[in-house]
Amino acid sequence: MIKYLLKKEFKQIIRNPFLPKMIFMFPLMVLLVFPWAASYEIKNLNLSVIDNDHSTYSRRLTQTIISSNYFRLTDKSASYAQALKSIESNKADIILEIPQNFEKKIINREPVKVMLSANSVNGMKGGIATTYLSMIIGNFNSTLVSELYPEIAGNSSNIIQVDSQFRFNKHLNYQVFMVPALMVMILTLLCGFLPAVSIVFEKELGTMEQINVSPVPKMTFILAKLIPFWIIGFISITIGFTVAWLDYGLIPVGHFYIIYTFAAIYILAISGMGIVISNFASTLQQAVFIVFFFMMLFIMLSGLYTPVDSMPEWAKWIAAFNPLKHLMIVMRSIYLKGSNFIQLGGELAALLGFAVFFNGLAVLSYKKTN
Amino acid sequence: MIMKQLWSFIKKEFHHIFRDKTTVMILLLMPVIQIILFGFALSTEVKDTKVVVLANTNDDATQRIIDRMDASEYFDVAIMAHNSNEINAAFRDGKAKLAMVFENHFSENLKHTGTAHIQLIADATDPNAATSFMFYASNIITSYQQDISQSGGGMIQPEVKMLYNPQMISAFNFVPGVLGMIMILICAMMTSIAIVREKEMGTMEILLVSPMKPIYTILSKIAPYFVLSVINFITIMLLSVFVLKVPIVGSFMSLLAVSLLYIFVALALGLLISTLTSSQLAAMMISGMGLMIPVMLLSGMIFPVENMPPFLRFISNFVPARWYIDAVKTIMIKGLSITAVLKDIGVLVLMGTVLVAISLKKFKVRLE
Repeated sequence: MIKYLLKKEFKQIIRNPFLPKMIFMFPLMVLLVFPWAASYEIKNLNLSVIDNDHSTYSRRLTQTIISSNYFRLTDKSASYAQALKSIESNKADIILEIPQNFEKKIINREPVKVMLSANSVNGMKGGIATTYLSMIIGNFNSTLVSELYPEIAGNSSNIIQVDSQFRFNKHLNYQVFMVPALMVMILTLLCGFLPAVSIVFEKELGTMEQINVSPVPKMTFILAKLIPFWIIGFISITIGFTVAWLDYGLIPVGHFYIIYTFAAIYILAISGMGIVISNFASTLQQAVFIVFFFMMLFIMLSGLYTPVDSMPEWAKWIAAFNPLKHLMIVMRSIYLKGSNFIQLGGELAALLGFAVFFNGLAVLSYKKTN
Repeated sequence: MIMKQLWSFIKKEFHHIFRDKTTVMILLLMPVIQIILFGFALSTEVKDTKVVVLANTNDDATQRIIDRMDASEYFDVAIMAHNSNEINAAFRDGKAKLAMVFENHFSENLKHTGTAHIQLIADATDPNAATSFMFYASNIITSYQQDISQSGGGMIQPEVKMLYNPQMISAFNFVPGVLGMIMILICAMMTSIAIVREKEMGTMEILLVSPMKPIYTILSKIAPYFVLSVINFITIMLLSVFVLKVPIVGSFMSLLAVSLLYIFVALALGLLISTLTSSQLAAMMISGMGLMIPVMLLSGMIFPVENMPPFLRFISNFVPARWYIDAVKTIMIKGLSITAVLKDIGVLVLMGTVLVAISLKKFKVRLE
């Protein structure tokens, strides 16, 4: 019986004017466009400098900052009020104010304060901008120390040399961070939205009635709805792998079979959820809305772009029940760190749990009577 | 007469929507939950990052640095490793994000040769988080070094001031974004699905043969969504002021004016989609893929538009939410007057006019 039901599902998908196109175009679009748009890689921050000292050192500081490639000098302002104008009009992201007697104080070994004012309407961007600028100033500081007082820097006491190393993503490339996570998004949107729509669609068309009066067991019906999305998921994620490799040169450090196994479980879980929603919804509008609502929550709490570690405890607790968060960890770990099944055991258990829960609920909540 | 007819049509539409309890509930709750989540859950601050430490010689200086790390709000020394394999394992299992490796005889080297080495290894899977905690960790080490040497090590001291949003609360950025998104969702997505639904069901035919002018049919269709949007706008404002403590620095009236304009543009978009499509599924896909995703990605709601490559920046000009969000940020958070957002307003007016013109031209009184 399932054979015929599957045949029906596939025909429905293939004959749909844009579903087949979407299955191919969606992963392509997401992976080709998103990593460029969804970027917090900070380059070319606009800097407005107020130089009240006009000295060699103040010019050198400005020069050092600009040559770091993180900052671009937009303007030199005469006063703070003027610099604030460029922030208000979004021409500058951060202001550096160098005080009078900057050079004099350095030579006299007195501490001197420079003022950094960042536009933090977007707190994240403001934070990154000040961190970078402080780091550059710190380096400039050490250069000055070793230049002016070689006796401190060179031989005398108590120098701790810090050697920093970034692992798994050496060049701090933001796309490397986003691409594996975007594959999770592709799976979620395709395999979560479409099943939710597919049953409600049958309800609205009235064809659901026909299934309900047929001898098809509930389990078989749900299974026939799930299997096509499984295959769609596999196709789209394979396209994803190819694009990641061709366009970003990104190949998982770990094994493909581990990713596929996790993806298989995940697709089951997320399409199960879609089907549960469509069982409860009576119109397409409703279904779309509910799915959208949950997707939004899941995506926000998945660690896609703000780390789960930075969330408050209650949010972390909610995130633990978020299938997206788990697959996000899995994808990034396998792609960048080469983790294996044992290291991802917790995620495996969680995803299996979701798959059983949602599909169990899907079968239970599907009622053949109205 | 016409007003009475129009009124009964509007009443019909309201019944349509408000009898669907689930949808109305979600419509009204969604902004609440989103605002609360965005406001409280999403942040990028470095807090209690797990650190793994490898120190073969447990001496005075290492212990002090470790204590300082542990005492700071940024870090939590979770694991004391005994060899580098344990560090690798901690990274792989996700048990630590930063490793701190002291060289052998750290304290002795510091005393006798004057230099000692610490290696910091960060899990750079998330590049920005890695940069931040690397920066905080080096600062802690530097401050320790300054305390023991008492030399004027840090001569230039940066003093940081975060403008408009001193606590770097993410809600400041998200409130305008959520506004921009919810309006598109309600006005454009819901309106287009609702109109196309009548087409699909065949009831549109009935409406079109009624003595009502098509324009009134349309007006009555969009009226409830307009009301819902305004309610949501007010909820979001109340929540952000009283719960999230995001103040409305500028004038509320200008904010309201810009929002009404944006709602108008969003409704016009919904109208256009409904005249172009004939099935609910298509309307949903177009508004989902063609509107929601651009709003989330290209509007500056989450990711700053300035960082994008020129091509995407160009496209983002056509996303109404981008202009609206910019205007809201300017008025509400920066507190500038309405004259600072004239450009945004101009673009939105232009978009609204063009959209309405096209959809009126495309609107067919007859169904084939």
